[in-house]
Amino acid sequence: MKNRILALIMLVLPAPLLAAGGGVHIDHANIDPTNTQSLQRGARLFVNYCLSCHSAALMRYERIGKDLGIDERLVAENLMFTGGKVGDLMTVATAPDDAKEWFGTVPPDLSVIARSRGVDWLYTYMRSFYRDDSRIIGVNNLTFPDVGMPHVMWELQGWQEPVITTVKDHDGTERKVVKLELVEPGTLTPKEYDRTIRDLVNFLDYIGEPAKYERRTLGVKVIMFLLVFLVVAYLMKKDFWKDVH
Amino acid sequence: MGEKYKTGLLGWIDARFPLSKMWNEHLAEYYAPKNFNFWYYFGSLALLVLVIQILTGIWLTMNYKPDAALAFNSVEYIMRDVNWGWLIRYMHSTGASFFFIVVYLHMFRGLMYGSFKKPRELIWIFGMIIYVCLMAEAFMGYLLPWGQMSYWGAQVIISLFGAIPGIGDALALWIRGDYVISDATLNRFFAFHVIAVPIILLAMVVLHILALHEVGSNNPDGVEIKKNKGADGKPVDGIPFHPYYSVKDIVGVIVFLIFFSIVIFFMPEMGGWFLEKDNFIPADPLKTPEHIVPLWYFTPFYAILRAVPDKFLGVVAMGGAIVVLFFLPWLDRSPVKSIRYRGMAYKVALGIFVVSFIALGYLGTQPATPVLTNFARLFSLLYFGFFVFLLFLHKFEKTKPVPDRVTSK
Repeated sequence: MKNRILALIMLVLPAPLLAAGGGVHIDHANIDPTNTQSLQRGARLFVNYCLSCHSAALMRYERIGKDLGIDERLVAENLMFTGGKVGDLMTVATAPDDAKEWFGTVPPDLSVIARSRGVDWLYTYMRSFYRDDSRIIGVNNLTFPDVGMPHVMWELQGWQEPVITTVKDHDGTERKVVKLELVEPGTLTPKEYDRTIRDLVNFLDYIGEPAKYERRTLGVKVIMFLLVFLVVAYLMKKDFWKDVH
Repeated sequence: MGEKYKTGLLGWIDARFPLSKMWNEHLAEYYAPKNFNFWYYFGSLALLVLVIQILTGIWLTMNYKPDAALAFNSVEYIMRDVNWGWLIRYMHSTGASFFFIVVYLHMFRGLMYGSFKKPRELIWIFGMIIYVCLMAEAFMGYLLPWGQMSYWGAQVIISLFGAIPGIGDALALWIRGDYVISDATLNRFFAFHVIAVPIILLAMVVLHILALHEVGSNNPDGVEIKKNKGADGKPVDGIPFHPYYSVKDIVGVIVFLIFFSIVIFFMPEMGGWFLEKDNFIPADPLKTPEHIVPLWYFTPFYAILRAVPDKFLGVVAMGGAIVVLFFLPWLDRSPVKSIRYRGMAYKVALGIFVVSFIALGYLGTQPATPVLTNFARLFSLLYFGFFVFLLFLHKFEKTKPVPDRVTSK
């Protein structure tokens, strides 16, 4: 009976909510897409730490400058390390074959990664690297086990190691919980590192859909117009229908 | 524009083309029942969405590249580098889902008020052909962004043809034009999506409306207004479509556009229901996504497919779930059209049918666990049971007397 009630409850719940499961705990990223400074910091982090292996080949440097209020000269000086024009796409110089040899897989393009993975997943993933000597690259990830990516930001975060504890659930069954503990501090405190990742994820969310901000501001205007139009149209209808009984 | 014009530009045209005649027949002197309620907005709204889809579709094709190597990036190019491209794309992707919402409500209206019954059987059949065209259009259109769900969704659905005994594999190969979904498939789906199916769709919409205007509109009371004509030969309970329903439908259009805008501007992915997360990953023939789920408007039929243990019989059941709707005018033999004057049995049966359809739609989005599959089986039986029930219902149904004139409430 209990199962049936559960199944009925599941019938009512929206599907994407349930599909998000998978056992791994996901933290809330709490990004603020209107915070330009956070986006600018994210852009700098992205070009410094990500762009040497990952491309964002659907995005143009120029657009970042325009949307985040950075003028073209500053974009060229601070975001473009390999020259080129500001109108260029954010491609990567690493040849795919080389990347495959080094990491076992070609690092994915990150243009729309925030739309496929979601910001919360990215935020959790970037904070879940831990030391694992059983792997050739010496590092593993709790959110994405056996990922080919090394811990690029280890200098900032330091090193984490897994601590396995056993907890008892309400009904007495034991289950193992893996938690990560900082064993070797980096140049940033855990709080600062979280904020750094939040900036980076905010930027990834922005390049996932650069028109998002414009979309929302335009949407408010469009709906305001429609509401006014609705009043006019309703009054017109009422007037025309006066003689219908 | 009352009668035929004799002079001026309109006179010149009327002498050569039945412009005023058509205007009068279909708008100014088309008498519609005066008691249309909320449910009667969805016909004109379906027409509106059709126009939105065609116009945004034309503009999308100006920058879209139907090429497996370019398609994914060309969609993102539209989203980023084309002026207003994001708006046009979201209107089109949201429009697809809204099309189905509107059409499902439009069909439900038909079920409630018996709009498919004599003399409107052909209107219903043309409408069903439109619905099937719409499904083909949506299915092939979903391949075009060339994301993971586009690719694997098409792979799963086309492989269903392979379940047909004997010719199955050859048929699936013929549809794909390759052994897997590939550039060849993308190209032909593009051709069907932008030319072939829309032409049929438009022709069917014309036939749907012509047939409707020939017999006249049904109404919430299921009363034929043509049976009560005044001295002037016009139905007493009818009012000219234009201006009465044209001004009324404008109100409906605006309310619709407000909901449409909320989705486009504030939640274009609709939490994964209208644009799936996995479709932001470029199609990869070597990596199968964990859950392959069609978009919500197909999931009721997908759930029926999965509920049947045998693949071929599942395909038959899925097809049957759509085909059976074509025969509705001959399955429901009750002389009373509107649900207002039908017995409790029909009300309950229709309620169960709607609940089953929605439940199947939900189950189709979920992984097929044993518990959920059993639920899908139950609701599939209830879905088909509705039609079987209708066959026998007229023998014992206690209907209420139908008034001679339409009521106004």
